[in-house]
Amino acid sequence: MRGSYTRRNFLAMGGGLSLAGLLSACGSPVATSLTGGQPATADVIFWHLFGGGDGENLGTMVEQVQKTTGHSVESTLLSWGNPYYTKLSLAASSQRPPDVAVTHLSRLPILAQAGLLTPYRETGLEQLGVTQDKFTPAAWEKATIDGETWALPLDTHPFVLYYNEAAAEKAGLLNPAGDNLIDISGADTFVEALTELKKATGGFGATMPTITDPSTVWRWFYTVYSGLAGPIVEDSGTRVSVDDAAMDEAFAFIQKLTTELQLMPASATPALANAQFSNGEAGFLFDGVWNLPLYAGLKLPDGSELKYNMVPIPALLGEEPVAYADSHALIIPAAGGRSAERAQYAAQFVQGLLDNSTIWTGGGHVPAWLPVQESAEFQELSPQKNYVDAAFNAVYDPNGWYTGAGSDFQNQMGGVVSTVLTGATKPAAGTSQIKSALKKLADTNAPVS
Amino acid sequence: MTTTTTAPAVAQVRTTSAETTGRDNKAGWLFSTPFLVLYGLFLVGPVLVGLVISFFNTATVKNELGAFVAFENYTAVLGNLDFWKSMWHSTLFTLLTVPFLVVLPLVAAILASRIVRNRWFFRIAFFAPFVVPSASVALIFAFLYAPEIGLFAKVLGGIGLPVPDFLGSTNGAWLAVTILTVWWTFGFNFVLYTAALQDIPEDTYEAAAIDGASAWQQMRSITVPLLRPTIGLVLMLQILASLKVFDQIFILLAGGPNLTTRPVIQYIYDTGFTTYRGGYAAAATMVYFLILVAISAVWMIATRRRGADA
Repeated sequence: MRGSYTRRNFLAMGGGLSLAGLLSACGSPVATSLTGGQPATADVIFWHLFGGGDGENLGTMVEQVQKTTGHSVESTLLSWGNPYYTKLSLAASSQRPPDVAVTHLSRLPILAQAGLLTPYRETGLEQLGVTQDKFTPAAWEKATIDGETWALPLDTHPFVLYYNEAAAEKAGLLNPAGDNLIDISGADTFVEALTELKKATGGFGATMPTITDPSTVWRWFYTVYSGLAGPIVEDSGTRVSVDDAAMDEAFAFIQKLTTELQLMPASATPALANAQFSNGEAGFLFDGVWNLPLYAGLKLPDGSELKYNMVPIPALLGEEPVAYADSHALIIPAAGGRSAERAQYAAQFVQGLLDNSTIWTGGGHVPAWLPVQESAEFQELSPQKNYVDAAFNAVYDPNGWYTGAGSDFQNQMGGVVSTVLTGATKPAAGTSQIKSALKKLADTNAPVS
Repeated sequence: MTTTTTAPAVAQVRTTSAETTGRDNKAGWLFSTPFLVLYGLFLVGPVLVGLVISFFNTATVKNELGAFVAFENYTAVLGNLDFWKSMWHSTLFTLLTVPFLVVLPLVAAILASRIVRNRWFFRIAFFAPFVVPSASVALIFAFLYAPEIGLFAKVLGGIGLPVPDFLGSTNGAWLAVTILTVWWTFGFNFVLYTAALQDIPEDTYEAAAIDGASAWQQMRSITVPLLRPTIGLVLMLQILASLKVFDQIFILLAGGPNLTTRPVIQYIYDTGFTTYRGGYAAAATMVYFLILVAISAVWMIATRRRGADA
């Protein structure tokens, strides 16, 4: 302890200096965590859940918007699914949310009902010309809960029909122009078409994962069921509204295709279904549009390129075609301390992303922003332009606090559908299993309503 | 104090001792304050809050209690299959890890204590993994377990052994998480054993050696019996620690594949934070807490009885 500097003094001084440094920029995360404000490390703080190709496309869009608006943007990529929504919810409920975030429209109800979002009419987007008439109606409707709109749809990504062009031609299913299928709507016509395809490929008429992929089988089932009846739960998920006859019929139909007629594999993992379509052993594939990049440029076993197209799934049991779909949408989480200036930046950022959503369609998504959807640039994009109708006939997960992308609800429903597809469960038993699972969810005390 | 005239000295002594105790107590409380404040703020407080909201339908993301539901949350938890499944996963993890984590560190500690030169190196080497944060450990092992390209896949495949599907199958996932946990938390028990070994007086061994006891006999008749209280302590701490598993399973597997490894804490996390069911999750926490308390109580009664017998 010699001299005027004791160790204690030194430490105190060092600590004081570093604390002062951290606090000096009042927007720094350390300072805001103490004061309870929002960190302000960039003009716009943006959270999303896209890796891979979608992530790259989004990165390009963000760069474009930064150039046009001149605002700095801090993008954060978080793990897809529940981890993302958990972090987003907790950040918003503790008043430190990002300025703009991405959500699936199927996950919107719980976020909106928990009061975590800024309603559209308070975002200032209307003044910027971002209005209802410029969105795909089905997506806008899903973004609206009890008359209040909470999100700006970026895209619709429906569940569609992929077809192998060579197989479809061999089976006589291609239209004269060769750019689409002939009309194969109606259950009987559809079964005939699959029978012809099965002959043409020597394998299966169609394929899709039937096991270990609950979300995909759920999308397929809900597409078929929704041709006949409305949502399976209502009143924010608190009332089961299954149409028994319709559900029995839907289950019987999808089971007939796999077990009785063997037009589709009864037991296929995602990898197997992927291989069957890629190798030309199945004429159709039912899958989400986001898997478009997966099949681009693939080679068939004989060395030629896999030529395929994507179209909406035709009407099967009902009169009108429906497509199970979800949408990515942009939300502005509610934050008490957000300045008017930052709110304005957030709105401009959302507008910018919508304007640049042509880039986004590279991932197979149909843009929800009509100025882009109707642009010449998008209208030239194939196969994207071929399934735009599916976005207009979109059916989403029913509204409820437990439904949506990556939810346990989809796992439970898909689990039942899977056993019906493999033949382990009879259609009527499938219906009662779905109903009892739904009853349990509906009877649970809802955290928000 | 003035009423007793016959024995003033006694009274005086008493006063002084009371005063000192009082002063000691004051100092004691003062020294304990930082701990007590943190303990109250981050442990007792939240437990009480949790107890209260377990009787309400509280949404985690809202600043309100929600509707009073009495014991509804508790009956829902007790009747929920997923809760019991995750309780079983935590128990299974305990059964898988405790034997290794009680026995292996003991063996390692005995071996390390026999090393004469550079003993410090071995002690640090065994303890080092314990200080690595869970996220880092999980990421390192995720690389090791990766199919096709991971070290395990390469080495096992290279010598022609079947490679378990570490991250994609339930059995493989349990194996993966057990290996990770044993490697990672081994060091803590190792230190406890090492400390206990140092407490055994050298002369006991010397006396035994003079009587012609072999090394094995010395270990069986001296080391292990004298370590028995420590083994009991390690066993209990390890059971409690293993039942509390969360980090490594959550980060490495997210409770997968298909929630077949989801421990009870992740179940509480999922219901409480992902689906906002704060009241329900609090009730699940209380049930789980009571189970842990019951296990600790059984152990305390057992050790007290053994202590009384001795």
